[in-house]
Amino acid sequence: MTAAIPGESNATRGIPEVSQPIAAPAAPRLEWRVATVIEVREETQRARTLVLNVPEWPGHRAGQHVDVRLVAEDGYQAQRSYSIGSAPEEKTIALTVERLEDGEVSPYLIDVLRPGDGLELRGPIGGYFVWDVAQRGPLLLVAGGSGIVPLMAMVRHHMLADDKTRARVPVRLLYSARRWDDVIYRDELARVAERPEVEVSFTLTRDAPSDWVGYRRRIDRAMLQDVCWPAAETPRAYVCGPTPLVESVATLLVEAGYDPMRIRTERFGPTGS
Amino acid sequence: MQVEQMRLDGNAAGGMLRELFARDVTAALATCGGCGKVGPVGALLEYGHGMGVVLRCPSCDTVMVRLVHAPGWLRLDVSGTSVLAIPDTISVS
Ligand SMILES: Cc1cc2nc3c(=O)[nH]c(=O)nc-3n(C[C@H](O)[C@H](O)[C@H](O)COP(=O)(O)OP(=O)(O)OC[C@H]3O[C@@H](n4cnc5c(N)ncnc54)[C@H](O)[C@@H]3O)c2cc1C
Ligand SMILES: [Zn+2]
Repeated sequence: MTAAIPGESNATRGIPEVSQPIAAPAAPRLEWRVATVIEVREETQRARTLVLNVPEWPGHRAGQHVDVRLVAEDGYQAQRSYSIGSAPEEKTIALTVERLEDGEVSPYLIDVLRPGDGLELRGPIGGYFVWDVAQRGPLLLVAGGSGIVPLMAMVRHHMLADDKTRARVPVRLLYSARRWDDVIYRDELARVAERPEVEVSFTLTRDAPSDWVGYRRRIDRAMLQDVCWPAAETPRAYVCGPTPLVESVATLLVEAGYDPMRIRTERFGPTGS
Repeated sequence: MQVEQMRLDGNAAGGMLRELFARDVTAALATCGGCGKVGPVGALLEYGHGMGVVLRCPSCDTVMVRLVHAPGWLRLDVSGTSVLAIPDTISVS
């Protein structure tokens, strides 16, 4: 074991243990590239999936995002982050964007982009909000609105693992949306939920169909108690969506005894439900 | 809109940090210069503004990283961070 910081044990500094020194992987520079839209899929009334072909795409990990840049003719630029929803196993990447009426970037991505168009982006970005099926242990995913996108990359990655690996990683997903019509990846989630090792729960915060049997309120302590893995099973939790939802869920999970180091959050800002 | 609703995770600054660092630093461990807490850069609180970002300690609110695009300059102020430990490998833990 080599000490990364002279005079201090790695453990005291919380540095992950590496069994032998390994040369740092030569990470390619993070360049802006022009991706090509190869398919546009309507997910809900307000959300579209853009399937993109990115030249020399190095591959990604579930949970990562890209930065997208729009440049106007006068040089004005707007930049936003969008999570990758597709599994790392796929060759193309898929972004799912929810349209905000008064937004600067999302209406363009949804209303204007068509197959064959170019889109400037850089990525994949992020080494923190990432998950790999090799990490094992029960997995809790909590999404609000478009926060489902990076969690879907994790679910899809999980679905593509072999039976034995998958059986070691039971998954519970709690997804909060305003109404049933706003639920992104509805059909695919219904199929995923047929797997014995995956449980999917929904809560609708605005309107629910008359025959709705799921939750119909904001995520609260009692709901998490119903849905979550007990803290004693040392689950990992990934929480993603509008900032207020992410912060309240993370706080509730810590109160329920979850190890804060095993809770990872991705705040999307003031957007969505 | 309240500033609390606008804040993001340090992870969201990953792209901008890669303009400076050859490797991803969102998984790196940063030690807060204010309270000594050690945690991943991706878990700091990010406050964006027109020209750049500020990353604050989630425990004591100290500004740990300031990254600003000024005309002709990319300016990094890490005076609020005492140590930044960047892992060599992608760790699966
Ligand atoms: C890491 C990451 C991943 C993301 N992934 C996704 C994803 O997969 N899918 C997705 O749909 N979104 C995602 N987002 C959100 C996305 O980046 C954009 O924030 C979102 O699309 C809105 O951008 P916009 O330009 O359309 O809206 P903006 O023009 O940015 O406005 C957003 C909304 O906030 C309000 N607002 C903005 N700034 C202020 C202000 N200062 N004061 C008051 N109100 C304000 C606006 O009125 C509007 O309603 C992600 C965000 C992050 C950080
Ligand atoms: Zn601090």
